[in-house]
Amino acid sequence: MKIKADESVCIGAGMCALTVPAVFDQSEEEGTVVLLQEAPPQDLEEAVRRAVTLCPSGAISVE
Amino acid sequence: MSELTMPTTRQRPLDPPEQLTELRQHGALHRMTYADGHQGWLVTGYAAARAVLASPHFSNLTDKQHPPIKAARMNLSDKGKAKLPPGFFLRMDEPEHTRFRKLLTGQFTVRRMKLLEPRIAEIVGERLDAMEAAGGPVDLVQEFALPIPSLVICELLGVPYEDRSEFQQDTKVLASLETAADDALAALGRISAFMYGLIQRKRAEPGDDLISGLVETGELNDEELTGVALLLLIAGHETTANMLGLGTYALLTNPDQLAAMRDDPSAVDNGVEELMRFLTIIHLGPIRTALRDVEIEGVTIEAGQTVTLHLPTANRDPSRFPGGDELDLARPAGGHLTFGHGIHQCLGQQLARAEMRIAFPALLRRLPGLRLAVTPEEVPMRSDMSIYGVHRLPVTW
Ligand code: HEM
Ligand code: SF4
Repeated sequence: MKIKADESVCIGAGMCALTVPAVFDQSEEEGTVVLLQEAPPQDLEEAVRRAVTLCPSGAISVE
Repeated sequence: MSELTMPTTRQRPLDPPEQLTELRQHGALHRMTYADGHQGWLVTGYAAARAVLASPHFSNLTDKQHPPIKAARMNLSDKGKAKLPPGFFLRMDEPEHTRFRKLLTGQFTVRRMKLLEPRIAEIVGERLDAMEAAGGPVDLVQEFALPIPSLVICELLGVPYEDRSEFQQDTKVLASLETAADDALAALGRISAFMYGLIQRKRAEPGDDLISGLVETGELNDEELTGVALLLLIAGHETTANMLGLGTYALLTNPDQLAAMRDDPSAVDNGVEELMRFLTIIHLGPIRTALRDVEIEGVTIEAGQTVTLHLPTANRDPSRFPGGDELDLARPAGGHLTFGHGIHQCLGQQLARAEMRIAFPALLRRLPGLRLAVTPEEVPMRSDMSIYGVHRLPVTW
């Protein structure tokens, strides 16, 4: 799995960081998404998919 | 002309109006006649509500919207729209909205809110001490549900809590559907003046609070700062307060769920999400207006038509939350729409979560004998307010 995050559409709602803190963080300044790892371990893939559906702005995606 | 007008009468205090549940069985989108005669839409389905909120083709500008119900205060949108202060970004579209929101998101991150947890726990503890010292029965709204979020948001923003008499009455007036437009305008004027004054003071004597920080960025003028601060103060007040009040009522009338919240620490985080989903205190909106023709689930919403998203009904859509009419703290409740969706999704949601995750279990553990001091039927519900909840919650222990 490879994650993509687009800070320019992120609204800093924090659903990603709340759902998978090991993969997503938020920047100190703007609160927008910071990707901690692009290719998460398999046991986190389901949680990452959940974060993608929870994100209100469509800023994160997986392929 | 659609015969449907916005249903508001609830048969049971915690369930959406039955008429809406029935409508949802026939589809997600329904033609509806608005209070001013406008032929718009009512959305009762989960997927459709989410799609509208996520779409960039819907506006949240007040002057484009028609009122779904005849609330005296809705006239504010005609008479008072010029008075909404310039920084009130909830009522802005892109790209203006982003400019304001980006200045604030850094202050409301998951991590920042974690840092606030010890102070929130302290505030909750102090309220519980005061309740214990006074002895029951007390009104839980006045003693617990309202002061906690109020103290927290005041500290975060740097608003002196002693000044609350200057704005708490006005935020209440603004949230009431019965308030006449003139009174709402007067209240908005007073509370804006209070905030404007506060911003002047922060400019002269900055503290390490959020408003001082915003002033220091130099990005916003004083009118914009007033609007931003006002939005945060209003939004941070009544919302969490009503979740705490109504949530406690829901738990007291569902004792097995109450026991889970009290006794099982691992049930708390999701339990709070489930309370949010089940109670959906934002019960008359959000409202949006199409900027161009948009197709949602095969239905065309025409440019200029207003859409009301009925979140309490959408949050019980069985296609998303099977058996959703039951309160079940163990159900996977993530993805509920109670904080909205799309670019306006609640900025303060991680703060609200932190407050609720601390306050509910603390209350139930400190006062294990907590019970209603009146019958459930005697608890006055906030059907007359833009945010649902209980007006009062007499409890003892
Ligand atoms: C349980 C408590 C809360 C609920 C249910 C709630 C609900 C909501 C909803 C549904 C929206 C979106 C409205 C729309 O799309 O038209 C929203 C926006 C907002 N909320 Fe909350 N909220 C809560 C607590 C808070 C708190 C504690 C704050 C404190 C700062 C806050 C600040 C805001 C702000 C500033 C917006 C506007 C965001 C934007 O337009 O980008 N809310 N809230
Ligand atoms: S959930 Fe989406 S909008 Fe929210 S911080 Fe993460 S990427 Fe940004």
